[in-house]
Amino acid sequence: MSHLKSREAILFGAILCLLFVVAARFPAFVAPGNLVAVFTDTSPLMILAMGQMAVILTRCIDLSVAANLALTGMVCAMINVAAPDLPVVVILAVSLALGAMLGAINGILVWKLSIPPIVVTLGTMTIFRGIIFLLTDGKWINAHEMSPHFTGFPRSDIFGVPVLGWIAVLVSVVMLVLMARTTLGRSIYAVGGNPHAAIYTGIDVGKTQFAAFVISGMLAGLTGYLWVARYSVAYVDIAGGFELDVVAACVIGGVSIAGGAGTVVGTLLGALFLGVVKNALPVVDISPFWQLAISGAAIIIAVAFNAQSGRSKGRVILKSAEHAQ
Amino acid sequence: MSLTENAPRHVPDRLRSPLQDKLVSWESLLLAVAIAIFIVNSLASPYFLNAWNLSDATFNFTEKAMIAFAMALLIISGEIDLSVAAIIALASTAMGVAMEMGAGTPVLVLVGLTTGLLCGAFNGALVTKLGLPSIVVTIGTMSLFRGISYIVLGDGAFRGYPSSFSWFGQGYVFWVISVEFVIFALLAVIFGVVLHKTNFGRMVYATGNNATGALFSGVRVDRVKMALFLLTGLMSGLAAICLTSRLGSTRPSIASGMELEVVTMVVLGGVNILGGSGSIPGVVIAAFVMGLVTFGLGLLNVPGIVLSIFIGLLLIGVIALPRLWAMWRKKAG
Repeated sequence: MSHLKSREAILFGAILCLLFVVAARFPAFVAPGNLVAVFTDTSPLMILAMGQMAVILTRCIDLSVAANLALTGMVCAMINVAAPDLPVVVILAVSLALGAMLGAINGILVWKLSIPPIVVTLGTMTIFRGIIFLLTDGKWINAHEMSPHFTGFPRSDIFGVPVLGWIAVLVSVVMLVLMARTTLGRSIYAVGGNPHAAIYTGIDVGKTQFAAFVISGMLAGLTGYLWVARYSVAYVDIAGGFELDVVAACVIGGVSIAGGAGTVVGTLLGALFLGVVKNALPVVDISPFWQLAISGAAIIIAVAFNAQSGRSKGRVILKSAEHAQ
Repeated sequence: MSLTENAPRHVPDRLRSPLQDKLVSWESLLLAVAIAIFIVNSLASPYFLNAWNLSDATFNFTEKAMIAFAMALLIISGEIDLSVAAIIALASTAMGVAMEMGAGTPVLVLVGLTTGLLCGAFNGALVTKLGLPSIVVTIGTMSLFRGISYIVLGDGAFRGYPSSFSWFGQGYVFWVISVEFVIFALLAVIFGVVLHKTNFGRMVYATGNNATGALFSGVRVDRVKMALFLLTGLMSGLAAICLTSRLGSTRPSIASGMELEVVTMVVLGGVNILGGSGSIPGVVIAAFVMGLVTFGLGLLNVPGIVLSIFIGLLLIGVIALPRLWAMWRKKAG
C-alpha cells in the first residue's frame, strides 16, 4: 500500500514541478483562471480514464472509448438537429444510455464468448466509427445547426468552473465511492487481482468484466455529448486516437495493465499530468506535433516504472518465463 | 473443457494431418470462402475478371501480408506488436530525410530496413529485458514512433523520391506480376518453411503454448521473442519501402490504422490470438480473402470507411462464430 501512496505523491510532485517550471517563464500559466481552463480541458480525459481504469483493473482493455464517444456525440448532435427544443437532461440520458449500450456490446462479447478484449475493442473501434459514416454520409454537424442550450450546457459557469469540470469532479467522486465502498468495486479489484480466487469467493468474473465495460461505455457516451457540445462540431473523426491518451492516463496513474492494482486518485493525477503537458507545450513554444511522441514516451516510462515497483522482493527460486498478463 | 475428454493428447499444429482433417480445417474453410468471394465478385462487377485489375487488387494486401507473416509468428509466440503501422511511418520518414540529404535508392532501402529493425529491437528490448507486457509497450511505441514522424514532418510531406526507387511499389517483374507480389510470394514460402520446418518454428510454438515449460526444455524464450520482434520490425521496414515507393510520398499519417488490418489478417488466418497455434498457409489465404473483398467492394463504389466496418466485423466474427457454434453444439448435444 505504501507503494501506491508514494506513487501518487511522486506524480503529484511531478505535476507541481511541471507547473513551477512553466510558471518560472510564464507566470500567467498558473493564474487561477488558466488553471481552471487546464482542468476543464482535461475533464474529458479524466472522465474517460475513470471508466478505462475499471476495465483495466479487471484485466481487460477498452480501445473503443474514443469511437464510442464519437458515435454517441454524433447521435446526440443529430437528435439536437432533429428536435432543437429537447432539454439537455434528455440528451444526457440518451448519451449515458447509448454509451452504456455500446459498452455492453463489448462486455457481452468478452463475457459470453470470452473473446480477448483487445480483439473485441479493436473491432468495435472501427465498427463504431464506420457506423458514424453510415449515419451521416461523412457530413459534419456544425455549430449553427445546434441549439444554444445544447452547446451552452458544458460551458455554463458554476462558481467560476464550467459544468464540464464539475461533471469530471462528480464522476470522480462517484467512482471513488464505487471502487472503495461497493460490492461491484471490490469485485473489480478481486477479479483483476486473482481471477481464480475470485471465482472461489463466488464472484462471476465475466459478469464483473461486463459491468466494467458498461461503466466505461457509459462514461464514454457522456463524454461524447460533452465533447460535441463543447467544440460545437460533430464529424466522423472527432477524438481520433484519443483512446491511447486514455490508456496512457491510466498507466501513468499507476493502474497495472495486469489488473487488480490502481487507484482513482492515481488515475486522475495521470490524466492531469497529460493535461498539463498538453496545455504547457504551446505556452513554452513547443510544436503541438510533439504531443503524440510525449504521450508515447510517458506510457513506456510509466509502464516500466510500474513493473519495477511491482516486482516482488526476495530470492527467485523458480524462474518463470511468463510475464504478468 | 469437456470437449477435450475424447482427445487427451491435443496437438494443435500437426504438420502432416490426414486428408480428412485437412478437408475440415480452418485453411480449407477459408479457401472455400476465398473462392466464393471470387465468384461473387466476378458476377457482381464486369471489371473484376481482368488480369490488370486483379493485379492491382494484390496491392490491397501485399504490404500488409508482409507484416502479417512476421506478426503471425509473434502472436503464435504469445506476444503482439501494435506499433507496426507506426514503424512504417517512422521508417518512411527516415527514408524521406535520407532522400532530402541526397541518398540514392540502395541507401534509402538500407535506411528503411534499418529503421524497422531498430524499432523492432526497441520493442523487443522493452518486452524481453524489462519483462513488460507487449500490448502496452507497443501501444506506447505506436504513439512514440508516429509521434517522431509528426515532430519531423509536422503537417508537411516528403516528395520527390528518385525514379529508380519507384520500382519496389510500382514495378512489374513479368507481365502483370508486380514486384510487391513477388516479394509477398517469396516471403510466404520463407516464413512457411521457417515456422513449419525448422527448429526455430517449433520453439515459436513451444514458447506460445507454455513459455515456462519451453524455458525448462532449453528454449531461450527471450531470445526467440527478441528475434520475432526484430523480424516484425524488419518486415514493417520492408512494407514501408514498398508503400512509400508506391505512393511516392511520405506523410506522418501514412499507413494509419494498418496495425488493425494486419492483426485481423493474422486472426482470420486461424492464428490463435492467445498464442500457441496457427499456420502460414492460413495467413496467405486470409490475405487473399481480405484483398479480394476490399477490391470487390471498391469496384462496387463502397467507401473505405464502410470497408473498415466489414474488417472490424470480420475480426470479431471470425473468433465469435466458432465459439458460438461450439456453444450451440454443446447445448444441442
